[in-house]
Amino acid sequence: MPSRRTLLKSLCASGAFGLARGQPTSLRAGEPAGRLRIWDIHSHLGSVPGDTTEKRMEVLVRCMDRLGIERLLLSQGYSADKHPTPDQFREENDRVMRAVKAFPDRAYGSVYLSPAYLEFSLQEFDRCVRDGPMVAIGEIEADMRVNVPEMDPIAERAIALQVPILQHEWLKAGGNQPGESTPYDVVELARRHPNLQIVCAHTGGDWELGIRVIRSTKNVYAGMAGFDPTSGATEMAVRELGAERVIYGSDVGGRSFASQLAKVLGAEIPEYAKALIAGGNLRRLLTPILRAKGYRV
Amino acid sequence: MIIDVNVSLSRWPFRRLVGDETADLVARLRKHGVGRAWAASFGAILYKDIGDSNARLAAECRTHGKDFLLPFGTVNPKLPDWQEDLRRCHEDYRMPGIRLYPNYHGYDLRDPAFAELIKLAAARRLIVQIALCMEDERTQHPLLHVPPVDCAPLPEVLKREPTLRLVLINCGPAIRGHQLESVLAAGEAYCDISMVEGIEGIARLVERFSPQKVLFGSDFPFFYFESALLKMRESGLPESTKNALEEGNARRLLDSVAT
Repeated sequence: MPSRRTLLKSLCASGAFGLARGQPTSLRAGEPAGRLRIWDIHSHLGSVPGDTTEKRMEVLVRCMDRLGIERLLLSQGYSADKHPTPDQFREENDRVMRAVKAFPDRAYGSVYLSPAYLEFSLQEFDRCVRDGPMVAIGEIEADMRVNVPEMDPIAERAIALQVPILQHEWLKAGGNQPGESTPYDVVELARRHPNLQIVCAHTGGDWELGIRVIRSTKNVYAGMAGFDPTSGATEMAVRELGAERVIYGSDVGGRSFASQLAKVLGAEIPEYAKALIAGGNLRRLLTPILRAKGYRV
Repeated sequence: MIIDVNVSLSRWPFRRLVGDETADLVARLRKHGVGRAWAASFGAILYKDIGDSNARLAAECRTHGKDFLLPFGTVNPKLPDWQEDLRRCHEDYRMPGIRLYPNYHGYDLRDPAFAELIKLAAARRLIVQIALCMEDERTQHPLLHVPPVDCAPLPEVLKREPTLRLVLINCGPAIRGHQLESVLAAGEAYCDISMVEGIEGIARLVERFSPQKVLFGSDFPFFYFESALLKMRESGLPESTKNALEEGNARRLLDSVAT
């Protein structure tokens, strides 16, 4: 984990947040959403209007432009099936790659796979990440919890190529679905693989619990996507984890970019923390793979 | 100027919120361009002495936000002599409306006590807000599981009380699609945007229904105020529609109460 001083220095040097250029990063009525460099770790094409991936991406990019979002990490394609078969995983990954190809400056792809189909998933990782354009793993969601031993080879692949994993998890008051991960499961995997960088997609949803679950496991990050924009969530995450471990994501199209971005722009936290959460942390996690692929960081 | 039809004073029972002191809440809303806010009280959700909650709400609005905070008291028709609470809201505190929490107060919308309350509120020309939920069921405190309000009876209620002015707030997953459509079409009924989700969610909502039926509501301070503001921006609404949602519709509704 880099020190805060190092992070600040690198952020300021790259103009990663508007304060460095004297531009506003807070939101006022009628003003643009600020000058933060916003990267969204958690986005899908599902529930977005449009007959094709390209049309759906056009809608997403139109909204990104309105809110000042620079780039998406896109996964799961149309998310058409809760329990996809290998063929469906492949189809969804192809959709993501088509979407990224149509807007290469606005999105990166993240490979959708499942420990329920280990051999297939390793091949799909190789096809999409090692030999393809994708730069991350996830959002892993379907069929098996993330603490299963079948996740170990996937985690090892991630570590080898230095790509982060985005993992779906919730702590639902009424109980999770069978096979649905919790933050506890994420922590279990992360402790087996201390060099893995893994992001909780929803930080439990019940964030007052989720943040505590992951607090002592430093290679687990708090993704802020896909739960209501309840005031105080980001403040608690920053207080308990440090801003370096908190990452903005939206979970569009089921959610809006806007409600989830409010958790960053509306939080009572320092400007440097907003810059890290809005995009600085994700760029740091992706830097090794982006450099390896020759993408501009 | 924005008229925010969904803010709450006092304390959320389960955590402190930025903006849960009234003076601070007013300052924050003003900073965001809000010119008037319809305010209820978190206290009314669980208090049995709802008369105290309403009195405090009226006093807070008068002290910290005269002509800015419009108090919406709460009536629980399952409490003894609730008719007196309604009378006080209207006659003593001169509130323009009331906010109901049927799921926290233990009645559904088929309950005869609810029908009676609606009849009396409509006769007094009060705006009636119904909070369909306060919090995602999945994140509620384990000792307080409160399912969202079932809106199915509302079209019938609106037909029975044609002078009723009804505002649904916190329209989360509890009410979707056809059910919301049938409520809004059944009479003078509106919904707020606080829990509207999905990409360009508000634009899709006003496309589906009339833009005249949708009101700007933030659910501040429970939600970050920026959520409502940014959702408006994401939806890229034409200026006239934006103005209607942010101000015009609520102003028209208030004027109709005043006259």
